[in-house]
Amino acid sequence: MGEKKLMRGNEAIAEAAIRAGCRNYFAYPITPQAELLQWMAEYMPKQENGTFLQAESEIGAISMVYGAASTGERTMTSSSSPGISLKQEGISYLAGSELPAVIVNIMRGGPGLGNIQPAQGDYFQATKGGGHGDYRLIVLAPSTVPEAAELTFEAFNLADEYRNPVILLADGMIGQMMEPVELPSPVDTSDLPTKPWATTGKDGRDANTIRSFAMGAEALKSINQGLQEKYDNIKEAETRYEEVGVDNPDILLVAFGTVARIARSTRRLAGEQGINLGIFRPITLWPFPGNRLAELSKKVDTVLTVEMNFGQMVEDVRLSVDSDINTPFYGEQGGVVPDPSRILQEVKKYV
Amino acid sequence: MEQYSTIVSGFGGQGVILTGKIIARTGMEEGLEVTWLPSYGPEMRGGTANCTAIISSELIGSPVVNEPSSLIALNKPSLDKFGPSVQKDGVIILNSSLIDDFSVVGSRNAVPIPVNEIAKDLGNQKVINMVALGGWSNVTGKLSLSSLKNGMKLILEESGKEKFVGINEKALEKGYEAAKEGVKASSV
Repeated sequence: MGEKKLMRGNEAIAEAAIRAGCRNYFAYPITPQAELLQWMAEYMPKQENGTFLQAESEIGAISMVYGAASTGERTMTSSSSPGISLKQEGISYLAGSELPAVIVNIMRGGPGLGNIQPAQGDYFQATKGGGHGDYRLIVLAPSTVPEAAELTFEAFNLADEYRNPVILLADGMIGQMMEPVELPSPVDTSDLPTKPWATTGKDGRDANTIRSFAMGAEALKSINQGLQEKYDNIKEAETRYEEVGVDNPDILLVAFGTVARIARSTRRLAGEQGINLGIFRPITLWPFPGNRLAELSKKVDTVLTVEMNFGQMVEDVRLSVDSDINTPFYGEQGGVVPDPSRILQEVKKYV
Repeated sequence: MEQYSTIVSGFGGQGVILTGKIIARTGMEEGLEVTWLPSYGPEMRGGTANCTAIISSELIGSPVVNEPSSLIALNKPSLDKFGPSVQKDGVIILNSSLIDDFSVVGSRNAVPIPVNEIAKDLGNQKVINMVALGGWSNVTGKLSLSSLKNGMKLILEESGKEKFVGINEKALEKGYEAAKEGVKASSV
C-alpha cells in the first residue's frame, strides 16, 4: 500500500487493474465510465507489453477480451449498462469457455438508452444471466471508491483462480465521485501463477483448445455439470458481505453499492431518534450471502431492502429469509439517488 | 469536525470543478474524510456546472447532499438553484459581480464578493474561483487559507500547471480579505 491519492472511481478502477497485472484492455467509450477508458489510454501503453485498444464496438471489445484471455494474460473491458447489454453474447462465451476476465459495469439508468445518471437496474442481468445458457459470473459490488480499487484488484485473482469471468458492478456515482484511495502495490506479472490451459504456442506439449462447444448431448451435459460444481465451490468459498450494527438491531436494512453507503448516513440519523438500524451489505451479489442474511433476519421482524431500481435484489432477500419475516422494498429510479432522510421515513414505517 | 458539505456552482469555465477538488484535496491533506461528486453529462455543457465536496472527521455516507452547509455561487442561476436549499444557519459565498438580487438567501450568512472585479485587478479572469474560495475559507473557518494554498498547489503541480500557483495564491488571499469586509446580504 502506498500513499493516499484523491481519485475518481473510474480512475481508481483502471489503475487498480493495471496494478493487478492487467495488460490487455479493450473497450468502447460510454458515459459515465469514460474516465476509465481515458486512464487506460494514457497508462496502459506505458506498461511493458500493455495493450490498450479502443474497439469499433462493445461487441468487438468483448470478443477481443475472449482472444486475449485465451492467452492467459490478465484482461479487462469496461462499459456502462447499454454497452454491457451488447457484450452479453461474449460474456456467455467467456463463461462457457471458462476464461478468466474482468468486466466493469458502471451502471446508468435504463432500460434502453435510459440516461447517464447512476442506477442499479442491472442486478438481474449481472446475477441471473444476461447471456444465454447455465452460467454464473462472480459479481462484486463496491460501495466506495477505495473499495472499488480493492475489489478490482481482487477480481483478477478470483477470475484466475476459478477460470471464470468476474463483473465489477458499480454505478455512475461510484464511477464519477472522488475519494482518497490507497492503491495496492503493483504485482510483477512474471510472478503470477502460470496457466497450463492457455494458448501460448504449442511448443513441446499437446495442443490446448479453448472452446464453448460440445456436439453430443452427454458431452455438453458433462461440461455443464463441471461448471455447476465450480459454481458450488465459489458459493462455498467466496461469499462476502459487510455488517454494521447488527448485534441488536430494531430493523435490518439490506442494500448494495452506492445505496449501502447512503444507508450509513440513514443509520446515523436513525440513531439520533433512538432507532438501531442494522445494515447488511452484500459485497458479492453472486454468490448472494443468503445464509448469513437468513441468520441475521431472525433478530428482527422486518428486513427492508433499498435499491436504485424497482426491486431486483429484494427477490434474493425474500428467497433467503423465513416467510414470516416482513420484507418490504423501497427504491428510487431513473437516476434519482435516495436521500438518507427519505430512507429513514421508510425505516420508521416498520419500527 | 462534523460533516461539512459545500456545493460549488457556476457557468462551465468558471472553475467550479477545480474549486471543489481543492476543498476535497485540502481536507484529505488535513487528515479528514472527504468526498467529491460532480454533476456530469449534458448539464455541464452550457448551463450550470456544479460539484459537491464534503469534509468530515467521520466516515462519509452519502456524497449527495440536499441541504448543503455552504454554497459558493458564481452566477445567478446557481444561487437561484441551490440558495434555498442551504441549511438555515449555513454560509453562501456569492459572486456580486454577476448577482445583484440576493433575495433568496433569507436569513443565511450570505457574503457577497465581487470576484470578477477582484480577479480583473489581479490581471487574470480565470482566478475568480480562487477569490471565492478564499472568501469561503474566511467565512466558514473550515479549512485555513494556508491549507487551501497547499491543496491548490498540489493539484496544480500534479496537472503540470505549477506556473499558475502564484496567481492563484494571490487570488485566495484577496478573496479572504474581501470576505473580511463582506456584508451580510440579509442586512443589505
